Amino acid sequence: MKDESEQMKIVGRPVPRKEGRDKVTGQARYVDDLHFPEMLYGATVRSAEARGRIKSISFGGDLPWDEFVIVTAKDIPGENCVALILLDQPYLADEFVNHPEEPIVLLAHPDKYLLEEARRNVRIEIESLPAIFSLRDSVNQKEIVWGEDNVFKTYMVEKGNVDETWERADFIIEGEYETGAQEQLYIENNGVIAIASPADGVTVWGSMQCPYYIHKALLKLFGLPEDKIRVVQTETGGGFGGKEEYPSMIAGHAALLAWKSGRPVKIVYDRAEDMAATTKRHPSWTKHRTAVTRDGKLLGMEIEFVVDGGAYATLSAVVLSRGTIHAAGPYFCPNVRIKSRAVATNAPPHGAFRGFGAPQSIFALERHLNKVARELGLSPEEFRRRNFIHEGETTATNQVINEKVDMEGLLNRAFELTDYQAKQMRFAELNKNSRQKKGIGFASFMHGAGFTGSGEKFLESVVGAEATSEGRVRILAASTEIGQGTNTIFAQIAAEALHLDYDAIEVAKPDTGNVPNSGPTVASRTCMIVGKLVESAALGLKQTLVNCGLLSENYTQPDFERACRSYIEQYGALKSFSKYKAPPGINWDDEKYEGDAYGAYAWAVYVAEVTVDMVTYEARVDDFVAVQEVGKVIHPVLAAGQIEGGVAQGIGYTLFENVVWGNGRMVNNQMTNYIIPTAADIPPIRVFFEENPYAYGPAGAKGIGELPMDGAAPAILNAIENATGVSINHIPLMPESIMEALGGERA
Amino acid sequence: MPDASGKVEINCTVNSEARTLHVFPMARLLDVLREELRLTGTKEGCGEGECGACSVLIDGALVNSCLVPVLQVEGALIKTIEGVATGEQLHVVQEAFIACGGAQCGICTPGMVIAAVNLLERTPNPNEAEIRAGLAGNLCRCTGYMKIFEAVVKACQSSSTTKTQRHREEPGI
Amino acid sequence: MFLADERGAWKPFAGGTDLMVLFEAGKLLHKKFVNIWNLPELRGIEVTTEHVTLGALTTYTEVQANETLQEEFPMLCQAASETGGLAIQNRGTLGGNIANASPAGDSPPALLVYDAELELVSARGSRFVPYHGFHTGYKQMLMRADELIKSIRLPRRTETRHHYYRKVGTRKAQAISKICFAGVAQMNGDQIRDVRIALGSVAPVVVRCQKTEDVLRNQKVDATTVSAARAELAREISPIDDIRSTANYRLQVALNVLEDFLTNL
Repeated sequence: MKDESEQMKIVGRPVPRKEGRDKVTGQARYVDDLHFPEMLYGATVRSAEARGRIKSISFGGDLPWDEFVIVTAKDIPGENCVALILLDQPYLADEFVNHPEEPIVLLAHPDKYLLEEARRNVRIEIESLPAIFSLRDSVNQKEIVWGEDNVFKTYMVEKGNVDETWERADFIIEGEYETGAQEQLYIENNGVIAIASPADGVTVWGSMQCPYYIHKALLKLFGLPEDKIRVVQTETGGGFGGKEEYPSMIAGHAALLAWKSGRPVKIVYDRAEDMAATTKRHPSWTKHRTAVTRDGKLLGMEIEFVVDGGAYATLSAVVLSRGTIHAAGPYFCPNVRIKSRAVATNAPPHGAFRGFGAPQSIFALERHLNKVARELGLSPEEFRRRNFIHEGETTATNQVINEKVDMEGLLNRAFELTDYQAKQMRFAELNKNSRQKKGIGFASFMHGAGFTGSGEKFLESVVGAEATSEGRVRILAASTEIGQGTNTIFAQIAAEALHLDYDAIEVAKPDTGNVPNSGPTVASRTCMIVGKLVESAALGLKQTLVNCGLLSENYTQPDFERACRSYIEQYGALKSFSKYKAPPGINWDDEKYEGDAYGAYAWAVYVAEVTVDMVTYEARVDDFVAVQEVGKVIHPVLAAGQIEGGVAQGIGYTLFENVVWGNGRMVNNQMTNYIIPTAADIPPIRVFFEENPYAYGPAGAKGIGELPMDGAAPAILNAIENATGVSINHIPLMPESIMEALGGERA
Repeated sequence: MPDASGKVEINCTVNSEARTLHVFPMARLLDVLREELRLTGTKEGCGEGECGACSVLIDGALVNSCLVPVLQVEGALIKTIEGVATGEQLHVVQEAFIACGGAQCGICTPGMVIAAVNLLERTPNPNEAEIRAGLAGNLCRCTGYMKIFEAVVKACQSSSTTKTQRHREEPGI
Repeated sequence: MFLADERGAWKPFAGGTDLMVLFEAGKLLHKKFVNIWNLPELRGIEVTTEHVTLGALTTYTEVQANETLQEEFPMLCQAASETGGLAIQNRGTLGGNIANASPAGDSPPALLVYDAELELVSARGSRFVPYHGFHTGYKQMLMRADELIKSIRLPRRTETRHHYYRKVGTRKAQAISKICFAGVAQMNGDQIRDVRIALGSVAPVVVRCQKTEDVLRNQKVDATTVSAARAELAREISPIDDIRSTANYRLQVALNVLEDFLTNL
């Protein structure tokens, strides 16, 4: 395998990003950069109440209301629900509102300043109903706000028999862990432009991750046939999950205004609206009960995991699923029970955010294992070494690990790179007489790539490759470039497969009118799953040329170009499509929640070094080392960029980013008050890859997009415990909480 | 003085081109650049001077164009991202951003490039602390800043190489 | 002048770093502003033997670059360097920061302990007022509607002084302070001869903590003094809970920072 990868000419090389030049010169066109003739601006009038019944809507102020396009639920031509998993969320609240900022009325006007005045002058009278704002109140059913019991979804993973381990255990250790919401804070807010008419159907351009999700949602909203809906991705300024499901909402709104007015309508949120009204990472609560033997072996793990889904079901069931499956980590334990629930509160729906439930449950586990180790009198690393999973052993879902896993090797490397043991001793000495307490800590974890369980089978993703008349190859996929490098790695994978130059490959802009459904751009699946389809679609193209006798097996780039031209002249368009087939031996039981949860995992050990200032109780990260095994690295610079960016978001999640809630509404919904790290705050992030090629990934690659989000929080809190001797089990960990945990201890 | 619609005439230079604008005096420079001049490379991220996506140079100084009312640019020299490259020839900072992976989603990139160009104009060989301080007003959510720092360092190296080469090629200077 | 014509109707507008945000300029277009950004009378830093006088439109970037300020009023330079990012520092002005009257301003604590005076001008003439006491309540100040801050005057001092400035925000740049401390002290051997302390974000206005100063004056810095000073400061300030922090945190950290200041003398 090694020899083969050394022969690769394009995969593994830092080729220039396809759209890099457009981005550094300001030529890349994002949705707000587009302007259509006769275009109107659209705005959303939202609920000020968390829960209630709409009594009346009136239009006040001294405004020319007849100039405005006004849309309410009654104007919806199809069904008033956002098609996703369940059909519980309306596009526009009709009778009841279930969260603050819920859309009720849409307005459009050519003058955006007048539009803003009008938005402020729509009076919506709502009779308020009792609402609940915490996961705890939802679980305790203080009020039933969704369905019969506030529960969107439950899972139960059962391996072995946990109940009979408690008696055999030498130690039983319990702990509770909490994580808060997190805003994706892509720097480009959500935005779309729509044109729509009964004759021509609906076309939407916008900032998005999943064009076909929007396509599906608009079909239902308008009740039109598939070919009457077209969704086009514009350059997208960051997503991180925040543009997975939400764009279906804003796209529907713009399309409804366009449908009613007959003119193009642009809706682009400002920052305050985007932060208050759109999705965030699910807050979570986890309880662990762990049975261990005196010699530090895991006997049984009972895990209860609850996430707050907000007011509607949206993606909570799948977020919960990923969080559940990752809850027991990269360890072998013969008896595991994981009970999980996603529950409703009257906050705007929480949604996809890089990691998708896993950062929450991994945070709990990696904090808990430090507690277990401490009670056993073992070091955190020694306890983990005794329990790391190996090839041939089973995960919590009874998946037999068939890859060569070497968690211990990753741990050793991370420790060497950070001089871990020596630093720990040195810090203990330094801390004795200092108000600056230093500490070091780590987390070990894994992250599955692709949709969970049978998800990929149901998706049936398709990728196309098309020969152009110049003899180049164009990749046709709905997978979006959102900064992570889709365009670049697809071109690399195709070029490598076809032995062509990188520049000979183009990647088509995702446009449902032109590209097949390669599935959503989520779940660390774009490289591993869709990339593999790119590889096989590209090879299919070559095979057609060979089969027609236009190309021999040993060809040069000019030969290939000539063959394409000849084919197109003789037969017309040349396209090849490839559809997802599960690798052999993958089995998943959705009923029992058992089996092969993911085709492959990325494995990692992250180390954080921190200083806690005892004067201000501020913690800062001084150094961060991320060691991971991700299969073959397709592009070393982009891959490192993914890890660094994910770690930075993880540092934000841990120490900076605090969503302040007031009755279900984010009240610090400004960049001034919701703090993400600046260039002055992020420590050196040192990234190291181990490569163990995965047989069913393109050129051996696995997924890496979400992995780096998982490790920072527990590594940092473990380091803070090392620095201060105080164990803190919730994030975000603001200085205010550190102070409380230290008992307001004087400096 | 404002006309009947409340608009005024503002004369300024944008990317070396003299411009006469007919605008509301309190319109944000950001909106005037994007909507009147169709220079959409300058982005809006927050509208409150926090993210730096709207960074431009006014008379050589880095500013957030979302906080500048257009009446304050009368007579000013403005440079936006569209004026950073010379024709097809990219600025060394732009080259370095591509080579080092300094741009991911690209939405902060115009502002970040402008801030980096300004930093190197003021401090040709910045140390790490100076790079961090020079870019601290520009938020990036994708990169974790590491590749951006690398790009700035690479840009310094390549601009000093260019200068040395020029020095060698042009004896007498 | 506009300011004299319609009292309170027109608002002076300088670098825009605060007002453009309040004004929500991207959304609404009316309201009356008078642009003072280009007035040369309000610019420049003048150094005489007695004073350093900063025009109200002196930007944070200009503050940081001035050598006299770096040498004699280092906390003002530090405050300027910690205000916003570079783009804000290029446009934000000292006068604007004072007139905006935020209790969370970064420079006001430094100005207070340096005994700053303000020169206010109107069509009727000009007058000097001490900065201490200028802010009387949340966003309230001793300035008439037709007046404008022309300059900020700092008395120069020859004696050696210890300067200690600490802004506590959530991040290192672009932060709004949770508390902001400025302390200046003159020592006589191991005794404090004179001391001035000011704190931001712990009351509706930035406050001089004179009672705490009284406790410290002519004392040796030892555990008893530190403890007495902490107790006095706890009585003197009244921080609150808001979306950025808690009253308890602000109080504890203010006390810890005071102690850090004293133990570093």
